[in-house]
Amino acid sequence: MSYQLFTDGARASFGGDEFVFVEVGEGMDLAQALRIQAITGDLARRELPGVIDVAPANASYLVRVDPDVLHPRALVRTLSRLHERFGEAGSVELDTEIVEIPVWYADPATERTCLKFRDRHQSADETDIAYTARVNGLSSVDDLVAAHSSAPFIVTFPCFKPGNTECVQLVPRERQIQVPKYLRPRTETPARAVAHGGAFTVVYPTAGVGGYQLLGRSPVPVADLTQQTPGFETSKVLATISTLLRFRPVAGEEYQQLRTDSREGRYRYRRAPVRFVLAEYLTDPAGYPRTLEAALC
Amino acid sequence: MLTVLTPGARTLVQDLGRDGQYAIGLPPSGALDQYSHRCANLLVGNHENAATLEIAMIGPALHCAEPTVVAVTGGDADVRVDGVPVSCWQTVEVPAGQVLQIGTLRTGCHAYLAVRGGIATEPFLGSRSTYQSSAIGGHEGRPLEAGDTLPVGDETDVFRPGVGSTVDPRLRPALGGHQRLRLVEGLCRHRFTDDSVREFFASTFTVSAESDRTGRRLTGPALRFVDREAPFGAGDNPSNVVDLGYPVGSVQVPNGEEAICLLRDAVTGGGYATIGTVVSADLDVLAQLKAPDTVHFVPVSLDQAIAARQERRDRVKHVRRGLRLLSLY
Repeated sequence: MSYQLFTDGARASFGGDEFVFVEVGEGMDLAQALRIQAITGDLARRELPGVIDVAPANASYLVRVDPDVLHPRALVRTLSRLHERFGEAGSVELDTEIVEIPVWYADPATERTCLKFRDRHQSADETDIAYTARVNGLSSVDDLVAAHSSAPFIVTFPCFKPGNTECVQLVPRERQIQVPKYLRPRTETPARAVAHGGAFTVVYPTAGVGGYQLLGRSPVPVADLTQQTPGFETSKVLATISTLLRFRPVAGEEYQQLRTDSREGRYRYRRAPVRFVLAEYLTDPAGYPRTLEAALC
Repeated sequence: MLTVLTPGARTLVQDLGRDGQYAIGLPPSGALDQYSHRCANLLVGNHENAATLEIAMIGPALHCAEPTVVAVTGGDADVRVDGVPVSCWQTVEVPAGQVLQIGTLRTGCHAYLAVRGGIATEPFLGSRSTYQSSAIGGHEGRPLEAGDTLPVGDETDVFRPGVGSTVDPRLRPALGGHQRLRLVEGLCRHRFTDDSVREFFASTFTVSAESDRTGRRLTGPALRFVDREAPFGAGDNPSNVVDLGYPVGSVQVPNGEEAICLLRDAVTGGGYATIGTVVSADLDVLAQLKAPDTVHFVPVSLDQAIAARQERRDRVKHVRRGLRLLSLY
């Protein structure tokens, strides 16, 4: 059969001759995501010959190998042992950073784009943001904006293209915004579009394809592979795994001003180091994130 | 130095790819048909990783300032040196000041132009491969445009095949028509009904015109998913999963409607259920298909996938050995 089951129920399979894929769970769970970060972090630090990539995701992870150096089956044996060693997320504490991203919600560019692709969408007669508000039982787009900007998010999957980071909001599960992705992906998305799919928000680093519901647009970039923009001196991407992101609503006028500042190299990201303690979050999921946001003030 | 007179439809600098950046969402890129890329380099006496020009459907016209040894592999194209036709899959010398023109491909979808010494644009993270989506690598991270100039490097091998050397036609790749793609089942295979998986392997898929370096869209039968309560965070379409990593070569089926096989400019992750992964050797074959070529998928084990990889490597060895033999006469 296609799968090998680990003792914790994780399901390992081969992605052709070069990849090993391990699905730890089918649903999103923050403690599980942090356990995956612990397993993959340990694997990456071992620097095993033949391991080319270690890429943690929300509820799974992917490892790319050179099968001429490391047989994928031998890697699966190593992973099985690692899963036993990291049995519980337990007392995860992450030294990370919180970064603010301004967002012009329901801006004209993303609205134009989403209206172009209604034939690939569940709902032909409304914008993505109106649809997202409606399926979450919110009475208006304003309520959705308020919910989306009410608490920070934590990155659980950098993927898709450099600088793109899927992040999940630090709110009790019943307050999580959830929405299906497009039926078929769009062939266009504006650069810096802020979008939501499943329980995850992303900021598209550059223009291109995409399947998430478009909510708005950030005036400031989340990636600069050339590292010339202020804020990218030490990293090509604004956020990495476990970075906290807080989205701040801005109106059109402020968006234009911040866009100009950013283009001219004057924009400074609001960011601060924070320590994220999983146990504290699990004890007080409504209150704890506010204490983390305080670091930005 | 080469000067671009006309750029062709989409001509990109590519090498074997940029490995090791999946975790920040950067796919490997590199020549889509790695075998033809390697052969082009062997014909001009380069290292196999030297950068070539990947040509999609219509090729460029290039002015060569110095005498330049070149070879065009992959799809068969109309190639001319100052208007005089020359053969593909052959070592050719372009005299100084003359124009190398590559016309429309007669077969396949991509051709590879190697020049002795390799295209010497600035590497990015250890590779010259162009990744257009993030505008990195290659020439300014984009397809060539008229007026661009390309430096030629010195990435040559000790062995240099003479002008007129060719690759045995039996060692040239299959191009177009109907092809088989070997696929290792796994990833989210469990999301598909067994009947649908059987139908997947029994069906013929047509290559759609909507195709680029990210993936090939393949039109075939609608597939069905196992009933479930949508897991938290996945979205409620049955083809949605909590976003996960996509291997290069993985096949996803958004809404059960259309299969997409990711190529070397893959998005590194997303939220559609994947049924399995095409073996790396057959991604070369897929890279040469265009609408309305057709494919069918054949299930293979990991061991068969690794054997296919070895076979492809052996073919490159045969090409190299053939060129050495030719040089004795």
